[in-house]
Amino acid sequence: MDEILEILEKNALVTPEEIAKMLKKKPEAIKEAIKKYEKEGIILKYKTVINKDLIKTEEPSVRALIEVNIAPQKDIGFDKIAERIYSFPEVTDCCLISGTYDLLVIVEGKNLQKVSQFVAEKLSCLENIRGIVTHFLLKKYKEDGVILKHREENKRIAISY
Amino acid sequence: MKDLVSEKVKQMHPSGIRAFFDLVLGMKDVISLGVGEPDFVTPWQIREAGIASLEEGFTSYTSNKGLYKLRLTISQYLKNKYGLDYCPDEEILITVGVSEALDLVLRSIINPGDKIIIPEPCYVSYGPVSELAGGIPVYIDTSKNNFKLTPESLEKSIDKKAKAIILNYPTNPTGVSYTKKELEEIKKIALKYNLLCISDEVYGDLTYDFTHTPFATLPQAKNSTVYLDGFSKSYAMTGWRVGFACGPKEIIAAMTKIHQYTIMCVSITSQIAASEAMHSGRKSVEEMKREYKRRREFVVSELNRIGLECSKPQGAFYAFPSIKSSGLKAMDFCQQLLKEEKVAVIPGTAFGAQFADNIRISYAASFDNLKEALSRIESFLKRNR
Repeated sequence: MDEILEILEKNALVTPEEIAKMLKKKPEAIKEAIKKYEKEGIILKYKTVINKDLIKTEEPSVRALIEVNIAPQKDIGFDKIAERIYSFPEVTDCCLISGTYDLLVIVEGKNLQKVSQFVAEKLSCLENIRGIVTHFLLKKYKEDGVILKHREENKRIAISY
Repeated sequence: MKDLVSEKVKQMHPSGIRAFFDLVLGMKDVISLGVGEPDFVTPWQIREAGIASLEEGFTSYTSNKGLYKLRLTISQYLKNKYGLDYCPDEEILITVGVSEALDLVLRSIINPGDKIIIPEPCYVSYGPVSELAGGIPVYIDTSKNNFKLTPESLEKSIDKKAKAIILNYPTNPTGVSYTKKELEEIKKIALKYNLLCISDEVYGDLTYDFTHTPFATLPQAKNSTVYLDGFSKSYAMTGWRVGFACGPKEIIAAMTKIHQYTIMCVSITSQIAASEAMHSGRKSVEEMKREYKRRREFVVSELNRIGLECSKPQGAFYAFPSIKSSGLKAMDFCQQLLKEEKVAVIPGTAFGAQFADNIRISYAASFDNLKEALSRIESFLKRNR
């Protein structure tokens, strides 16, 4: 992977000027490269990883991991069915997987009822869906490579040879 | 009370900057660029191996030389990476960091009055440990040549009592390293005068602009070289205290003799973790190296921009800029910077009394901290000019 992407993947706030200094290139070249990545869809968006558990005012949301079994049908591939599912705003993640079921779908809602409602009224009513198993998520420990509990810091002494 | 401390220890130079260190440690919210160890935590798979070994009950001594498995892994690694042949039975010793290895070599080879050649600026222990072993350190000032040892200055420093030279590259505190060609020239002089080369290459993995060349790989050099390396810097394992020495079997045997009476063996947990590091840690080393390299470019470019002239270090994670433009001497610079801006760096004088025009900046710090610290140094310079 290009080092520009490696840097931005870790911290999207690093400026093109700073990246230019790190990589000994011209800021213009970095800006151009980033633009190109954005245009090509290699950089999709910039987001912040937030530990919502720590926000006092935030109403806790509920997430469920849903195993979806699909009845394959002529002329309708998995992609088409997946698209119908992931287009719902409640769906945060959707992947095709190997094994005993076909799609792994993550759904987020305000509370248990909202999520259940979505599963019962939207998801399970879709054509071609053969079966659904819902697992409610109890606790999240790590998200996108970031441990949510704490920031891992080296506890070294402030000065040494 | 009776005077209990030996004359020898009394005569050791007290570290002139202890007081400064205490000042830093006593202050809160300091951004420190004064740290001689990685800011990364040991990669998880290595830590996990240590934990698992405790769970399985590996809590005993190991053989004096160190776990055979670890020595074998090191031997294979050096063979694969550098084509170096060291027999795990007789030519490799596991030590408590490179620090212990250095002490052992010096004690193994020095007869009273032997001279040990040390290019300066250098890591703080080289001189005192040579003296403790009964040797006389002979320092070579490298500042005239961008902190690089030249074959000419080396040859000039050699006399009949010269026994060994301590090389350290990439160098703490300057980050200077040597290409194979440059090392060849140094080797020629060493061979000509029959000097033993004690080569501290603990930063070898962190070489950015060319491939690191272990001194022992140079033609005809292996028999008169003790190669020292360790896990501290490349694998971010400073606290585990594991290093190793490879060299001619007579010297390794002599070192083992002292080691078995003084240390017995390195902690088994640490040795098992080090072994895991060699097996699965290379990817982490490469990742950390890329990160250091980016920080190096950033720091050097910023230092030069704000007026602290700095040539580009080729390895380790240190920059050694000149502070002449500030009009201050190193210790004053560091104390004032600490008090006024809460940024800690180390005065050049810590690494040799005459280096009062330089400071050591460690870029083993997060990018955000580096950025903030450099901007504070910039304000400090503007105010004091």
